Amino acid sequence: MQPHIEIEHLTFRRGERIIFDDLSLIIPRGQVTAVMGPSGTGKTTLLKLIAGQLRPESGRVLVDGEDVHRLSRRALFELRRRMGMLFQSGALLTDLNVFDNVAFPLREHTRLSEAAIERIVLMKLQAVGLRGARHLMPSELSGGMARRVALARAIALDPAMVLYDEPFVGQDPITMGVLLKLIEKLNHSLGLTSVVVSHDVEEVLSIAHQVYVLSEGRVVAQGNVEAVRNSDDPYVRQFLGGLPDGPVPFHYPAPPFREELGL
Amino acid sequence: MIRMLRAIGRWGLSRLRAAGRAGLFLFGLLPALAYPFWRIRLLLKQVYNTGTLSLPIILTAGLFVGMVLGLQGYNVLVDYNSEEAVGTMTALSLLRELGPVVTALLFVGRAGSALTAEIGLMRSTEQLSALEMMAVDPVRFIFAPRFVAVVLVVPLLALIFTALGILGGYLVAVGWLGVDDGAFWSQMTAHVDWQDDVVNGVIKSVVFAVWVAVVALFQGEEAPPTSEGVSYATTRTVVQGSLGVLALDFVLTALMFN
Repeated sequence: MQPHIEIEHLTFRRGERIIFDDLSLIIPRGQVTAVMGPSGTGKTTLLKLIAGQLRPESGRVLVDGEDVHRLSRRALFELRRRMGMLFQSGALLTDLNVFDNVAFPLREHTRLSEAAIERIVLMKLQAVGLRGARHLMPSELSGGMARRVALARAIALDPAMVLYDEPFVGQDPITMGVLLKLIEKLNHSLGLTSVVVSHDVEEVLSIAHQVYVLSEGRVVAQGNVEAVRNSDDPYVRQFLGGLPDGPVPFHYPAPPFREELGL
Repeated sequence: MIRMLRAIGRWGLSRLRAAGRAGLFLFGLLPALAYPFWRIRLLLKQVYNTGTLSLPIILTAGLFVGMVLGLQGYNVLVDYNSEEAVGTMTALSLLRELGPVVTALLFVGRAGSALTAEIGLMRSTEQLSALEMMAVDPVRFIFAPRFVAVVLVVPLLALIFTALGILGGYLVAVGWLGVDDGAFWSQMTAHVDWQDDVVNGVIKSVVFAVWVAVVALFQGEEAPPTSEGVSYATTRTVVQGSLGVLALDFVLTALMFN
């Protein structure tokens, strides 16, 4: 399988805190790759590094063989047109309605006629099931709908890859089901490379071809769903099983309780 | 004692650092300033948001300030039998000082705070990040149109404020207190100088506008992405914006009228 995104020996820190420590991973073309890990492992940061919004301290990120952080601003913007990103909140432009939000990248980056834009937008909205909602404003949408509109916007320019930032957080089971189906369908019918960053274990494992589990800036498990499920790494077992205690302790470090009570 | 010095030092350093970032921010904005003129709809929308929507408050305030000037000026001047000079006095105080200054102060509260809150919320809802991901530069698309709109709109608002103020002074002095109509206008036209009074007033206004725009946009950009952060940033815009206008006014007045 041909790699689409290659991350090589990536190190990134925020202040004193090391977020990624010599991280390497490969995201194959045309598949759904899941990157999982608990909150605070820098999953969103990873997406921003891939998209060139943040710069690593060392190491490199290759997209289509190009080093993202060595590109000129113009070349980086060129690259981003081939990338779609679904933000956690949707990040729709609040002063535009649904139709104009989806049309936005087309109007900014193409010289298509208004009629052509309308066709494309309706097609993308149809794909996410919200053609009927085109006149609504972002404030009138539910969280799940906003994410679907954002997805339609992310694929408006027919990108080669879509990065999903925690797409399932805070969604009801029906919306989750809809989003899962959409991610899978888009991946399949458009031949997209999909990177899904999430900690919703079961949902993600149901659609992923390839999984990476991160902890403390490193990959602790990788491979297909089967391999990760059968991993005997204690951390991975705790994470996948949702166990309250394990390598990640239940208690925040503290002196023994007896001592504190003066017993 | 040492601790106090350390705190002062830290405060001073963080201020300097913020000033440096604001400078870089403005510097980054400069190359994008021509862009809004290519995307005239982006610019017009901001001119409407910041300018047209500020008109009611500017018109009302201008009228009242002018009326007060008419009243106060008359009371002083009538003792010297020169109450016809009330027109000159009203026009000069408005053109030189009150028009630019009061307009800028009102504008900070009405539109500057709104700009900060808008940008802060755009950041906290990841809209700015999303623009970048869609290969649209937020500096060109969001910041430049707002900056240019403010710099265009504030001097115009100041002139409108001044015009309404003169009308207010006229209503009180001529309409109510019985100052001679012809003397009111002829004294005014004789004593108001185009360069010294009108042009200098407009220059002041432009300088205030640049200050207010930089403060409002920079505070929005710097606001921590929480509701608390955005509300603090809005407050800072009003405080720094207003104080800056008053301080700049002193400097400009010293340079222009001395």
